Amino acid sequence: MLGIFEFFRRDRSASQAKERLQILVAHDRVGRDSPDYLPLLQRDLIAVIARYVEIDEEKLSVELANQGGCSMLAVNIELPSRSQKSEARNQKGPIRTRPQLA
Amino acid sequence: MKAMPTPKIVTVTSGKGGVGKTTSAAAFAAGLALKGMKTVVIDFDVGLRNLDLVMGCERRVVFDFVNVINNEARLKQALIKDKRVENLWILPTSQTRDKDALTKEGVGRVIDELKSEFDMIVCDSPAGIEKGALMALYYADEAVVVTNPEVSSVRDSDRILGVLSSRSRRAERGEPAVKTHLLLTRYDAARVSKGEMLKLEDVLEILAIPLLGIIPESPSVLRASNIGLPIVLDAESPAGRAYNDAVGRFLGETIEHRFLKPERRSIFQRLMGRAA
Repeated sequence: MLGIFEFFRRDRSASQAKERLQILVAHDRVGRDSPDYLPLLQRDLIAVIARYVEIDEEKLSVELANQGGCSMLAVNIELPSRSQKSEARNQKGPIRTRPQLA
Repeated sequence: MKAMPTPKIVTVTSGKGGVGKTTSAAAFAAGLALKGMKTVVIDFDVGLRNLDLVMGCERRVVFDFVNVINNEARLKQALIKDKRVENLWILPTSQTRDKDALTKEGVGRVIDELKSEFDMIVCDSPAGIEKGALMALYYADEAVVVTNPEVSSVRDSDRILGVLSSRSRRAERGEPAVKTHLLLTRYDAARVSKGEMLKLEDVLEILAIPLLGIIPESPSVLRASNIGLPIVLDAESPAGRAYNDAVGRFLGETIEHRFLKPERRSIFQRLMGRAA
């Protein structure tokens, strides 16, 4: 009799499918909704900041988030640790800027 | 008698291939025609012509959509009138050219000409998000997004929704967005109830667009394509009835969704291994 085994071995993969999709789709949408200028802005920001402090290009992110009626540009820059670079003493990252965007 | 004040351009799309776009476009167009709309269905899958086959008019193709775009034939010469359904016409595509044969100007010119003749212009999109698919959705007023309850199909549908909202002519011109509808196909309520398949609510939650219809997985779909019959003409088929319901809703009728629960099968049906 398979009946009882079947019941306990029931496939619940649909709920995994849903969870995976929710994460994936949310991630896809972030990429889709970001305007074309973000990579260029990121490149320029790196160039400007690199004139003053040493930064690792990998440790910088530029994101645009929409909250209700306003957009928030979040720039996260991880500065080198104090032991590596004493000049960065007064600048504990991340730096957040909040310009007015349409 | 014209039932619609202005002709509507409806694109049947999905992103992913093999989910039932052509079957749905054929069924949808035939369903609209049965409701009295003068309807044309255009095959945008240049190089992989199949709509004519699904609609059973493959041997009547002389000129095609690309010939009309290139002014090698007049629209009237390329249009094929369906022999079973009044008000239904097919504009087949080319089997030999590639997608570059489609241009915004060329497609726009043909669609404008069709608008003066038809109430409904159904565009059967190819899979993907390349040229052919972009051309099929560019002029859309509404879009039917065909989705299977399966991860890759849902993801690709979300992607195509993004393309619709950014690359259509309506988006480019800042006009009201293309109205989108979810058509959930190959739905197997029995597998859903066992937790083996994404359920309707899951797909709706993720895609967040209004539901036009649920088409149950049904052997009659393959049978219909075998003989070149739009599935809505098979009144016995649950899928055919589901497509007819979807068409009714598209035209503003209030019709309750069916096929959400597993079908109760009699002991006889179980013994015979019959699926409706």
